[in-house]
Amino acid sequence: MISFFIYKLILAGAIFGITLFVAAYSTYAERKVAAFLQDRLGPDRAGPFGIFQPLADGLKFIMKEEFIPVVSNKLLFVLGPCIAMMTALMAGVVIPWGNTLIINGQQYSLQIADLNIGILYVFGVVSIGVYGIMIGGWASNNKFSLLGAIRASAQMISYEIAMGLSIIALILTTGTLSLSDITAQQAGGVGGDWNFWNVIYHPLGFLIFLICAFAECNRTPFDLPECETELVGGYHTEYSSMKLGFYLFAEYINMFVSSAVISTLYFGGYNFPFMNNLGLEHNTITIIGTLFLFAKISFFIFFFMWIRWTIPRFRYDQLMNLGWKVLIPLAVFNIFLTGIVSLVLRK
Amino acid sequence: MLTNRAKLVVKKEMTLWERMYLPAILGGIVITLKHLFRKKATIRYPEKKREISDVWRGQHVLKRDNNGAERCTACGLCAVACPAEAITMTAAERKKGEETLYREEKYAAVYEINMLRCIFCGLCEEACPKEAIFLTDRIISTDYSRDNFIFGKDKLVESVDNPIDVSKRQTKAVAEFKQQKRLSHNK
Repeated sequence: MISFFIYKLILAGAIFGITLFVAAYSTYAERKVAAFLQDRLGPDRAGPFGIFQPLADGLKFIMKEEFIPVVSNKLLFVLGPCIAMMTALMAGVVIPWGNTLIINGQQYSLQIADLNIGILYVFGVVSIGVYGIMIGGWASNNKFSLLGAIRASAQMISYEIAMGLSIIALILTTGTLSLSDITAQQAGGVGGDWNFWNVIYHPLGFLIFLICAFAECNRTPFDLPECETELVGGYHTEYSSMKLGFYLFAEYINMFVSSAVISTLYFGGYNFPFMNNLGLEHNTITIIGTLFLFAKISFFIFFFMWIRWTIPRFRYDQLMNLGWKVLIPLAVFNIFLTGIVSLVLRK
Repeated sequence: MLTNRAKLVVKKEMTLWERMYLPAILGGIVITLKHLFRKKATIRYPEKKREISDVWRGQHVLKRDNNGAERCTACGLCAVACPAEAITMTAAERKKGEETLYREEKYAAVYEINMLRCIFCGLCEEACPKEAIFLTDRIISTDYSRDNFIFGKDKLVESVDNPIDVSKRQTKAVAEFKQQKRLSHNK
């Protein structure tokens, strides 16, 4: 029993650390990718190639003056970034970061909690995340913050529906909500059990899910809650120092988690091609698989940034049009299509 | 229609393919990806300096003659020529025994250029009848206080042991041109 707790604690601590590390280096990657896409070099002063830039940025955030506006609601003002950060970190719990490790005959799963409603949990936690933005924007007592917060919640509601509907189509074929089961179903591939990644069966669902993930993470082209050209800084206009840092950090953690969920649901998670034909030990395959998962996640984080420097921001009515008039009907159509095709193929 | 370059703008309805936007977005993605591998325009400044012209107009120098005496005679033509009014000076009379320090009977006791005002046009150099002031290829370093940008004689006059080479700016043609009689200061 005690060993079980220790193993879970170590795993949770490791994933917590890795999440923070990835989020910190996402800020660096964001600046580097932005620079490279614009024919610049980006930060390269702190250490070789600027790899210590996140440390310098973090130190700057901590050393800055902590400012709480007099007219703000102080409790809620502090609560906002806390909720944003907490919910962002909570979603990583159900993601299977790897297969099992066998040590001394004992199986250790690289997933903190194998919930049988894994995806629903992710959805629930991510939707709480908008409360952080809402509360922060409301408590700031500033019109720009409030506008940003309202936009964030409206956007969240609009795109959560399409996202949920695109997942239903996926669940029609997987028959389970558990992320570890969904990942296990995608093992194999060419030459093995002929199980392919879900993206091959659900290209439309994947596209809808990807677009909604961009909206949920408040990333360009859907970054209206914080669009600096219209709303100063959006919901975090009044925030300074580490509280602002938490908001920005939570955004990057959300990006990391979304990338992990996309990789797990549609790109086979920790599975990689020919994994069962190499004749390697179980533990070796698990470790390589985890590395593959992180490679997939890195690619999607890069994709998020890549899109950011390609597509300009939507106008607010365009955003709502896309959400309600295009994505939701498309997602419903996708459910019907998936249902009919799976019915025909099963016969 | 004077230039014949007027174009009739047609605002036609987008086709379904165009309205999907995805092909266009894909095209955009390819374009940005191409930029990822393009040669970067950045020059890592302190380590690598951008190549500058031979006749670059940078920090000024007050030249000495071959004997090490200051050439400037505080005539004030440079200050008059200066469009930014960056130059000020106070003249003084040369005393006995100072012949090795100053070339002529009058010299500049104080000579200041405000580098924040200076626009580095080089008109002071053009106006100077005594070949005393030149712009060089040195770049003025940054500083925190405005006062430090007012360069006095300590920073402007070249040292005796370490003369500053201005031969690239003062070629023979330039020297001849400056001796022309029709220039007002040579009359």
